[in-house]
Amino acid sequence: MLAKRIIPCLDVTAGRVVKGTNFVELRDAGDPIEIARRYDEQGADEVTFLDITASSDQRDIILHIVEACAEQVFIPLTVGGGVRAIADVRRLLNAGADKVSMNTAAVENPDLVAESSAKVGNQCIVVAIDAKQCAPGRWEVFTHGGRKATGLDVIDWARKVQLLGAGEILLTSMDRDGTKSGFDLALTRAVADAVDIPIIASGGVGNLDHLADGVSEGHADAVLAASIFHFGEYTVRQAKECMRARGIEVRL
Amino acid sequence: MARGNIVVVDYGMGNLRSVTKALEHVAGGKPVQVTADPAVVAAAERVVVPGQGAMPDCMRELAACGLRQAVIEAAASKPFLGICIGQQMLFEHSEEGDVPCLGILPGHVRRFPAEKMFAADGLKLKVPHMGWNNVRQTMAHPLWQGIEDGSRFYFVHSYYVAPEDAACMAGATEYGVPFTSACARDNIFAVQCHPEKSAQAGLRLLANFIDWNP
Repeated sequence: MLAKRIIPCLDVTAGRVVKGTNFVELRDAGDPIEIARRYDEQGADEVTFLDITASSDQRDIILHIVEACAEQVFIPLTVGGGVRAIADVRRLLNAGADKVSMNTAAVENPDLVAESSAKVGNQCIVVAIDAKQCAPGRWEVFTHGGRKATGLDVIDWARKVQLLGAGEILLTSMDRDGTKSGFDLALTRAVADAVDIPIIASGGVGNLDHLADGVSEGHADAVLAASIFHFGEYTVRQAKECMRARGIEVRL
Repeated sequence: MARGNIVVVDYGMGNLRSVTKALEHVAGGKPVQVTADPAVVAAAERVVVPGQGAMPDCMRELAACGLRQAVIEAAASKPFLGICIGQQMLFEHSEEGDVPCLGILPGHVRRFPAEKMFAADGLKLKVPHMGWNNVRQTMAHPLWQGIEDGSRFYFVHSYYVAPEDAACMAGATEYGVPFTSACARDNIFAVQCHPEKSAQAGLRLLANFIDWNP
């Protein structure tokens, strides 16, 4: 039976892993390759790097990190952040990424999703959606690292990116990100039930039960977390043991 | 040509870095070479054909690169490992784009049937089939050596192979439908999953391939 996935996420800037709260206040959490290797050893099902480097002249740093990671870590690697054009997709895949995630560029240029999916296959294309609740049971898509409202409804946009050729959706609740109060389960479930492609739930994990809730209540196919793993609160293995105890299929 | 070399066939479809690095990791210093040159494929001791993307593009690129015949000959003569699309192309025909494939193994490549994609709890199963699933070993084979039966491997695909000859099934997996996740015949071994992304189980399979003398 297919296992639900646990995906540690590494926000990377200037070659270091950092973690913020509500998209601000960054804390240094270490060397990305070292951390990715540790997660692989703990049984992580995938690793995600989000390049949050602001300046474009430092963009190549992530490529070197991806290259080094591909030599040492033999689980799937997703990389996102700053992907603007199909050339960026190709560069990251050639460096060793298995999937590339796009967010702002997908909203500004939906053709990019369609074109890259047609070129490299939909299994390589993840669309990241930053969602903020705007009314009960309604969420709006934000871009530019959560700074810009788009007016797009999250459910409509999720259905649209599936049609465009996304192979997976990385869904982050901006309301919950960094709060440690758990996923926005209503959001996760609404999106997971609206599309036929896998959903990765993200934003708000504070304990292991939150991860299990994302699957059992949120219907997520995979759950993503950063700080609970980076700062040694929990290992990936503990997370899987908790999920298994709650009757969720995991790879242990 | 270096003795004992492992050649990864590059026909322009997707990233070969992961496969190459994983092979190097377990090759014990044997050379691993990525090539688009049919002569290099012909001279190789063992050949790996990976692949991602859509089947019509793969078949077109394989022909355009002049590698089609070299792959057919390798599959007939030396240790051969097909991965993902590299497995699917060994069969006669794919529903993806309705294209003929290499026809080395009898059978077809089918899409996961939408009407069957429901889990036991009634929730729908997503396509692509993406993530870690169990592979039940349906035959004893040197490539399974040291890998526990039912181990999980990483999959990402929307199509699967349906061999006509059950004797070539080497592994089976369930996802809405039971499907063949590994095939073997003579010097050929082929998997739908990605051993290069399947942590210890995957690395062991690649190491077994490198040691395999069919």
